[in-house]
Amino acid sequence: MCLAVPGKITEIYVRDGLTMGRLDFGGVAREACLTYVPEARVGDYAIVHVGFALNLLSEAEAQATLETLRQIVDFDASQAGAGETA
Amino acid sequence: MKHLDEYRDVALVRGVLADLHRRVTRPWVIMEICGGQTHSIVRHGLDQLLPDAIELVHGPGCPVCVTSLELIDKALAIAERPEVIFTSYGDMLRVPGSGRDLFAVRAAGGDVRVVYSPLDAVRLARENPDRQVVFFAIGFETTAPANGMSVLQAKALGLQNYSVLVSHVCVPPAMHAILGSPLNRVQAFLAAGHVCTVMGYWEYEPIARRYQVPIVVTGFEPLDLIQGIRLAVEQLENGRADVENAYSRVVTREGNPAAQQVIAQVLEVCDRNWRGIGRIQASGWKLRPEFAEFDAELRFEVQGLHSEESPLCIAGQILQGLRRPGDCSAFGQACTPEHPLGATMVSSEGACAAYYRYGRSSGRAGAEEARGTGEMDEG
Repeated sequence: MCLAVPGKITEIYVRDGLTMGRLDFGGVAREACLTYVPEARVGDYAIVHVGFALNLLSEAEAQATLETLRQIVDFDASQAGAGETA
Repeated sequence: MKHLDEYRDVALVRGVLADLHRRVTRPWVIMEICGGQTHSIVRHGLDQLLPDAIELVHGPGCPVCVTSLELIDKALAIAERPEVIFTSYGDMLRVPGSGRDLFAVRAAGGDVRVVYSPLDAVRLARENPDRQVVFFAIGFETTAPANGMSVLQAKALGLQNYSVLVSHVCVPPAMHAILGSPLNRVQAFLAAGHVCTVMGYWEYEPIARRYQVPIVVTGFEPLDLIQGIRLAVEQLENGRADVENAYSRVVTREGNPAAQQVIAQVLEVCDRNWRGIGRIQASGWKLRPEFAEFDAELRFEVQGLHSEESPLCIAGQILQGLRRPGDCSAFGQACTPEHPLGATMVSSEGACAAYYRYGRSSGRAGAEEARGTGEMDEG
């Protein structure tokens, strides 16, 4: 239930008063309610849970996290290398 | 897939793991709250790649597992009524009540249907005006916005044949219960990423301070989980007890205000019985009185139920991190996913089901042989 996968919003529309969207989950298309992400635009990625988008993914935060982790790994590798040559 | 493959990058996971190995100087016990994280950890073999000094214990964050036996028995009684279409997330159908499950009710002629979203249940109510559609509204803070919206939508559409059997539970009271127990072993938590997507993580700051435990908001992919554990260990080794966010691409401190507003509008705090754990004060949500017309417990009077748990099952102790699935004499023998004695063997998020499915007979057994054979490169 908790393994919400990010989906890309491909279409936004209103049905029965609720903002709905069609999302692409790696080739699988599904509908989700977008009422909790009023700022959503086509092309955004959303975390969807039991048919509701709970939040949009922040591209900037994603890049910052990956960059931090790459730096940790690079730093450790350079330290290990330094140890070998010493 | 974007926003998925990056977090399954084997080289990066191994690199961060190596850093984690260097940081650990002594044993630490860390609990991942969420059953989705438990499954991801066991599925990707991460438990077998961690330093031996790190013990992961699996938390109570499996909604199917902690839904009380009394409510399951109530669901069974409502589902067998001829006028009812009983709808539920798929996981609930095999959860044993006192002697049977929803599948058995369906086999005996009950109209039990799996829905993907509670809005599907609302649609069923609209399409079947001569039937009573009941939705089993279980879950933590993650499903509450969806379940709450289904009630608002039914009200907006003027539906009189839709009701919800509410069994909502909340994470922070469970953490208090675990940390306040004299038997507690947990020294740090990985907070559940999608619960925090809804609620934010400000609620955890007083818990970290009061019990002096690090709490790291963590995602679900291998890299997310290893980084969450690494940050928790870094805090433990340095004697810090802060709330940190390792899932910032999805979670903010404040959470989702629109979702919280609907929860507050439809639901109010109540005491809840947690299956296997017992009653925890102010640990769940029920419908507010102004939505009583949508309360299945009031609409269908169910009486004379006698709920009785299997005497063999130790799910309650597993959900509190006190014992492991392999400690149970029934594990894999009298209790399997096909014939579960307890809910932790049923759910895709239950610890027993994860251990059974991915071949862990007990705690860390076989870890050395299996080291490096995880499924990190799968996705």
